[in-house]
Amino acid sequence: MSRLISWSVLCLSGLFWAGTVLATAPDQAAAVAAGKAIAWDRKGGNCLACHSMPAGDSPGNLGPPLIAMQARFPDRQKLYDQIYDATQLNPASRMPPFGKYHILTEADINAVIDYLYTL
Amino acid sequence: MIRFFAIPGLILLSLGSAMAADRQASDTTPAEDIATYREYFQQRFPDVSRQQYADGVYAIDAISRENWEAIEEFPPYEPMIAVGETLWQTPFANGKTYTDCFGTSPAQRKHYPHWDAASQQVITLPLAINQCRVRNGEKPLKYKKGRMADLLAYLSYASRGQLIDVKIPDAAALKAYNAGKSIYFARRGQLNFSCASCHMQSAGQRVRTDILSPALGHTSGWPVYRSKWGELGTLHRRFTGCMKQMRARPYKAQSVELRNLEYFLTHMSNGIQYNGPAARK
Ligand code: HEC
Ligand code: HEC
Repeated sequence: MSRLISWSVLCLSGLFWAGTVLATAPDQAAAVAAGKAIAWDRKGGNCLACHSMPAGDSPGNLGPPLIAMQARFPDRQKLYDQIYDATQLNPASRMPPFGKYHILTEADINAVIDYLYTL
Repeated sequence: MIRFFAIPGLILLSLGSAMAADRQASDTTPAEDIATYREYFQQRFPDVSRQQYADGVYAIDAISRENWEAIEEFPPYEPMIAVGETLWQTPFANGKTYTDCFGTSPAQRKHYPHWDAASQQVITLPLAINQCRVRNGEKPLKYKKGRMADLLAYLSYASRGQLIDVKIPDAAALKAYNAGKSIYFARRGQLNFSCASCHMQSAGQRVRTDILSPALGHTSGWPVYRSKWGELGTLHRRFTGCMKQMRARPYKAQSVELRNLEYFLTHMSNGIQYNGPAARK
């Protein structure tokens, strides 16, 4: 009996594990697409108001271009912190504190970062 | 959500350095402030003369300036000047007119805003117009557009060329000035901007396709015919619009707060000529 249970647990967890692996590629693409939508949406991140991003229409130039993000921000946490509360890193920053002031959720910010890493 | 109650002008000279939360608006005098702001914009836009700042963003962007000059050849606000003139001359129900309050000349712009020691407040031209109406048994006009804006268009047109010369006569006036200054530099709203974030720190830079105009000269050209509005609007209409962009709860037009803000912001432009009404994108 107990062997049966452990077998089924193993099988289930195996299935689960296989599922996550299989799901990774499309999930990643979905997260990137969601992140891009948030970043470009005027009511969302509206990052284009201040940053140019590849293929983004009529960007502003208050902030630096968001390019080569993998190379420039190998540490994901640093990127997260910049978006969560830029004034923590630069008290005079004009970038809105997206996380701290609840403009974006943590999940939103993570999706935006997934997208930024494709730039 | 107001943090840093006051961020002084001097800090703008060293924008990279930390904004000191412990500094107060009263740390620098109005005279020092003017010198600081002029110097700041002078360094930023060395080719722009003081008077050119009266033209807002068109002082610093040659491309939009060309468009604007074409618009100003057939000014969209011209009909409103005529409407305002009629309003100015039309007697109230009691037979009196605005001239009984203001004197015969419509060239009134240079007297406002000013500190009124008797009532201990900043008097702006729109406020004075409504005080005159109420004293004569008339209803006050709405402050953001319509007949008030038309009247202001006429008075401003008649006052073109007058120098901005706002005075801070005493300690109480200085308090109002400092209150306005604090509002200008305080971060507020969900986006955590201050007026200075956009019109000082970012003047000349683009938010999407909008080029941000410098704070200097900001109060000289009002009222403004704005294409986006499709009509004439007052300075306080613009103030509330910018506060909404900051996702902040706007102060009411002609509230004590916005009059103090106007007092501070107009003082900054001392020495620039009034040139309203004007056209804007
Ligand atoms: C209102 C202007 C504004 C908006 C909107 C804005 N930023 Fe910024 N951003 C800045 C400025 C200015 C900087 C320069 C550094 C600083 O002052 O914090 C910056 C810096 C950054 C940096 C560091 C870049 C570098 O090369 O060092 C990243 C990453 C960034 N922003 C991402 C974003 C993302 C993602 C969004 C949207 C969710 C966004 N920003 C929205 C103004 C803005
Ligand atoms: C997020 C950026 C932003 C902030 C913050 C902001 N503004 Fe503006 N403001 C603009 C834009 C964009 C315009 C239109 C383009 C221009 O003239 O700068 C504008 C225009 C103006 C104008 C009209 C200038 C003219 O010549 O027509 C005034 C006056 C003004 N703002 C005052 C303020 C005040 C006062 C505050 C703070 C209460 C403020 N702004 C905050 C973006 C901002």
